[in-house]
Formats: sequence, structure tokens, C-alpha cells
Amino acid sequence: MAKRVGIESSIAVADTVKMCDVDVVAAYPITPQTHIVEHIADLVANGELDAEYIPVESEHSAMSACLGSSAAGARTFTATASQGLELMHEVLYVASGMRLPIVMAVANRAVSAPLSIWGDHSDVMSCRDTGWIQVFVENGQEAVDMTICSFKIAEDPSVLLPFMINLDGFHLSHVIEPIIFPEEEEVKAFLPNFDYKYRLTPDHPVAMGDFATPPLFTEARWAHHMALVNSQKKIVEVWNEFEQKFGRGYKPVETYKTEGAETLLFTMGSFSETAMTAVDQMREQGKNVGLVRLRLWRPFPFEEIYEAVKGAKTLIVLDRALSTGGPAGPVASEIKAGLYNKEVKPKVVSIIGGIGGRDIHDYDFINIVEHGEALAKTSDIAPYEIYGVRG
Amino acid sequence: MENYNVFASRVVSKNEPLAPGHRACTGCGEVLALRLCAKAFGKNTIVVNATGCMEIIASQAPYNSWRLPWIHTLFENASATASGIEAAIKVLARKNRVPESEINVVAIGGDGSTVDIGIQSLSGALERGHNFTYICFDNEAYMNTGIQRSSATPFGASTTTSPAGKKSIGQSTWKKDMPAIMAAHNIPYVATACPSYPFDLMNKVEKALATKGPAYIHVFSVCPTGWRSAGNLSVRYGRLAVETGVFPLYEIENGVYKMSVEVPELKPLTAYTKGQGRFKHLKEDNLAKIEARVHEEYEKLLEKCNLSAVEEGK
Repeated sequence: MAKRVGIESSIAVADTVKMCDVDVVAAYPITPQTHIVEHIADLVANGELDAEYIPVESEHSAMSACLGSSAAGARTFTATASQGLELMHEVLYVASGMRLPIVMAVANRAVSAPLSIWGDHSDVMSCRDTGWIQVFVENGQEAVDMTICSFKIAEDPSVLLPFMINLDGFHLSHVIEPIIFPEEEEVKAFLPNFDYKYRLTPDHPVAMGDFATPPLFTEARWAHHMALVNSQKKIVEVWNEFEQKFGRGYKPVETYKTEGAETLLFTMGSFSETAMTAVDQMREQGKNVGLVRLRLWRPFPFEEIYEAVKGAKTLIVLDRALSTGGPAGPVASEIKAGLYNKEVKPKVVSIIGGIGGRDIHDYDFINIVEHGEALAKTSDIAPYEIYGVRG
Repeated sequence: MENYNVFASRVVSKNEPLAPGHRACTGCGEVLALRLCAKAFGKNTIVVNATGCMEIIASQAPYNSWRLPWIHTLFENASATASGIEAAIKVLARKNRVPESEINVVAIGGDGSTVDIGIQSLSGALERGHNFTYICFDNEAYMNTGIQRSSATPFGASTTTSPAGKKSIGQSTWKKDMPAIMAAHNIPYVATACPSYPFDLMNKVEKALATKGPAYIHVFSVCPTGWRSAGNLSVRYGRLAVETGVFPLYEIENGVYKMSVEVPELKPLTAYTKGQGRFKHLKEDNLAKIEARVHEEYEKLLEKCNLSAVEEGK
């Protein structure tokens, strides 16, 4: 029987990695990710997880060691955040371009300077085009469930892409929640061993990582792009299968009280649960407000997003990262671009908030909706605003 | 080599794990070294190749010269990639997911990827004690990108980023002593080698592969393109580097130094520098300064090997 326990999300992710019988973990410490790998190191040290834990000397080497272990056919996991993610940046492209199904948890955190250990999405926004599958989770339970699903999706022969699970630093990584753990046997039945038929072995020599000349490069990139786009089918399939087995279902885009809503809030990650509370309060006051939550960031599920937002008058996208000097928040920019050629569409207001660990409370969401609606009505809409900034 | 078939056919494998048809320059000393190393690798070897000349010449998709499992990922991370492979082999065998077998993991890179950009990743992998062999093919500059200086470029050499000029002697720093840095990690096996001494090179590779734990070999690799030397003299320049004391051949086994090729009397430095375009601007006093340093380093090495200083015709 599944157990419901009060546990910190990071520890829960580590325990899930154990249930997934991961073979190799290569990691480097960085706040707020460290609890995940510390606990994995404990599990390995106590013989509870039979894996090789490689305590590398940098995040660049963490991801590089993951390349090697995944290429050799081992189920591979790592975790990082912020500067660590930036340091492994060039390696991320190699992981996806070489189609290595590494799973990585990112406890999202701001990027220096100024130094901030606190949460926001600016670290992962620079990884938008690295060719990884990327999801944002809303709570610890989802972090656990997504970890189980991620290996099954990433290692599927039709996918073979690395998978990034974004969980908000501190707001999720360090929060103790009641989490339902499936039985290890159930996980084993759901998640088969990684059987990588192209693995590096003297039995069947393969060459990985050739260079491509101009006549080949475009096609190689196209193949990667199509694999990522097409992975959505497998992602949905695995999430549905997970729901059948474990009773908790996930979709690329989720909605909350959107029916007949004139104004929609749009969020990713841990914002979503607070935003739901705010929507409840606004609905009670008779305001026609709903919430759209984006779980799957790459591949970008625009059709599902469009279905969810097309009926609204105003769409207020709350980004937890600033595209410095850019036209809007990074998520808002993509949604605007997608909507541009549509006949029927809401007016998009881009708000940036909660960066560098600043809290966004339920009453902030109410302010954001009121302010966003007012902005949408003015003829001269500011391209974007940073909520609550003192300037 | 004269009489190759008489002396070598029975001792050297005729297998060519690095197939002919690659794109190396004429007279490349590095690919000669790599070919000899590959012969010593045997079949049970996975090769991790850092970005560089040897990667580029062997791997233009859809062609690849390697008959062994081979992976290239990035410039500075061959050691970390090798760490992951070694760990994977260990754990998968332990979990009975692959048959237990002795698989060698060999990481190879040039001097740029080893002594400069990849030194952190290499140091980390050595310190962690992974069972792998790292071979640095040192041609003393970034040749693949067009002869830029590295920290392995010798003093006085003119490169595209340490050009000789009215106010410049060329490279103004002394070559980084990489074998000593490797030895400072207290790994079981460190050696220097040169393809001009092919049997010594291959023996050292075999020894490194048989070592439990990390092993490091620093291979002197003559580069006619970058050194502006004649392509038909690459083997000779390798011998001259050893005979002048510029690149001595030695081993450090469990901390114990041993000279592999003893040179009773060092040849004058000019025997080596003459004919190399990268040194042609050097004046007599420059060469004397370099020669003094070469002798000083050579004597230090002899002391480490517990050998008395040789007569150098002072």
C-alpha cells in the first residue's frame, strides 16, 4: 500500500530516485538543491540504493559524467540550481543532441549578480533552447510523481531525450508536505530497466559525437527538434498510464475555474497553488477570474495553451524571470508570439514577480489581476511590469 | 623503420583500431602516436576523445576511423565523461545487467584540453581514483584552431597568439610541468612517452591499462604544421627532443621515478631547434638561456631518478 508521509520535497525526490533504482548519480553541491543529492549520497552510503555516486569537482563535470554514464547504458540522475545550471550550460546541449536520457532536478534559483540564493526561474530560462524536455512542478507530490514518469519518458526508445524537472528553490525544495509514496514494487512494475541498445560497449562498437558538416548539421538539428516536439505524445501517454496505476493525473496545461472567465492568470511552478487560493477568493467576490497553469515548458504545448486561454478577454502572464532588456517576460513572450496570428485571442499582460525569492501572496495575485485588467484597458500598454518594484 | 618485418612483426599487433583514411596532416606525429597507442588498447577498450585534432581528423559524420567504441562530447570534459563511463560499467556489472568483463576506459586529449581547459576535470577524476587511463598528446599549442599558444608551449616558440616580434621573444613562459602535477595527485602510474620510441610508448600504454586506478601518459607529439618543420622529420624531431633533454622519457610508478631512456650525453639544443620555424627567430643568447634551463630541469629529473648527473660537455 502507498504511504502518506510528511517529508521535505527534496528528500522525497531523493527517495524517489532510489525507488527508480538509478545506477549513477554525479552531482556537485549548490543551494537550494543540495538536500536532494545529500540524501541520495546517504542512501548509497547505507546500501539502500545500489548506485555509483560520483562526487564531482564542478557542475560542468557533473553533467559530463552523466553523459558518460548514460552513454554506457546506466540510468543517470543529477540535480543542480542557478550558477550550477549555468556552469553546465554547454553540456546540456550535448546531452540532448546526443539523445542521452539523463534526468535532472533543478531547484530553481536566481542567478548572480547580485548573489541571491533564493528562488526564481532565471536559471532555467537561459536553458529554454537546450533541447531538453522541461516540466515545472507545483508541489512535492508532483515532484515525486514527475521523477518516476521522467525516466520512463526519457528512456523510451521513441524519445531518448534528457528530462529536466523544475521545482522552485526553497518554496518547494525545502517545504515539508504530506506526500504519498507508492510502493517500490509498484514503481518497478511501472518503470522497466533502462535497456539502451546503442550503449558504449566493446561488444558492438559505436561512435558517438562525430562532428557534422553544413550538409548534415541542419538535418541533425531537425531530427532533434522533431524528437522533442513528438515527445509530447509519449509524455501524455506516460502521465495517463501513471494516473491509471497511481491515481494522480497530469496534463501539459492545467486549468482552474477557467469556465466563462474574462480574466485569466497564467503561472508555472509553485505560484500555482497560491494563485488558486487567490482565484477562489476572487470568485467568492463575484469576479470572473480563472487560472491556467503550464506544466510542460518544452516541448511547448501551444495548442493546449490556446484552447485554455482563447475564450478570455485578458490573459495576465506571471513570469518568475526577467528577460532583461527584452519585450516581455520569457513565458509571456512565447504566448504572445503564439497568439499573434490567431483571430480570436485575449489581450496579454506580462507581469514579472517573485524574483530573487520575493514572496507573492494570495493578496498579491488579487492586486496583479486588478492592475493587469486596468493595464489591458489602457490604450498604451506597457510591454511589461515588474510587480511591486520600488524604483 | 628498416627491417620492420624482421624485428617487429611478431611483437606488434597488426590490428589497426584507428583505421587509415583519417584526415591528419602529412607527417603528423600525434596521429602516429595515437595509432601506436590504439594498437596497445586491445579490443576491450572504450575511448573518450576530447575535442581537438585527433577528434576532428577521425570523426567527420558519417565516417569514423575508430573500430573501438568511441565518444566525443566536449573540449574540457573528457576525464569527467570517462568518470561516468567507468562508474556505469562498475555498477551495471554489479547489478548483473551487463556481463562482468575488464573494460579499459581511456580518455585522450591534446595539450590544450589537458593542461589548460581540462585540467580541473582531469584533476577531479584522478583525485576520485577512477580506474581509467588518460593520455595527453602534447603538440605544444592549439594546433586544431591554428597554432595558438597553450601552457604547454615551450619558451621562445612563436605561435599565432605568442608571436615573435620586435618586443616579443614569442612564448614568454616556461612549459607547464604536467607530469609533475599528475604525480602530485599520488596516482599509481605516470609516464612520458614519444612515438619515436614506439615500443616504449606501447609498453607504457599497456602498463597504464593494467594499473588499478588512474594512470597518466604524456606523449610528445611532433606537429610539422604548427612547428613549421619538415613532415618527413617528425620521428627524428621526437628522438632529438629526447636526446637533447628537452623531453626526457621516464615513468613514475607509485611515486618512484625511473628514467626510461638514459641519454649519456645530451646533444646541443640547436640539434633540436634547427629547422623548426617556430624557433627560427631565436638568437644565440636566447638559445643558451633555454639550453641552460633544459639542463637544469634534466638534472633535477636525474636526481629524482636517483641517477648521477651526466656529463653534458660543459
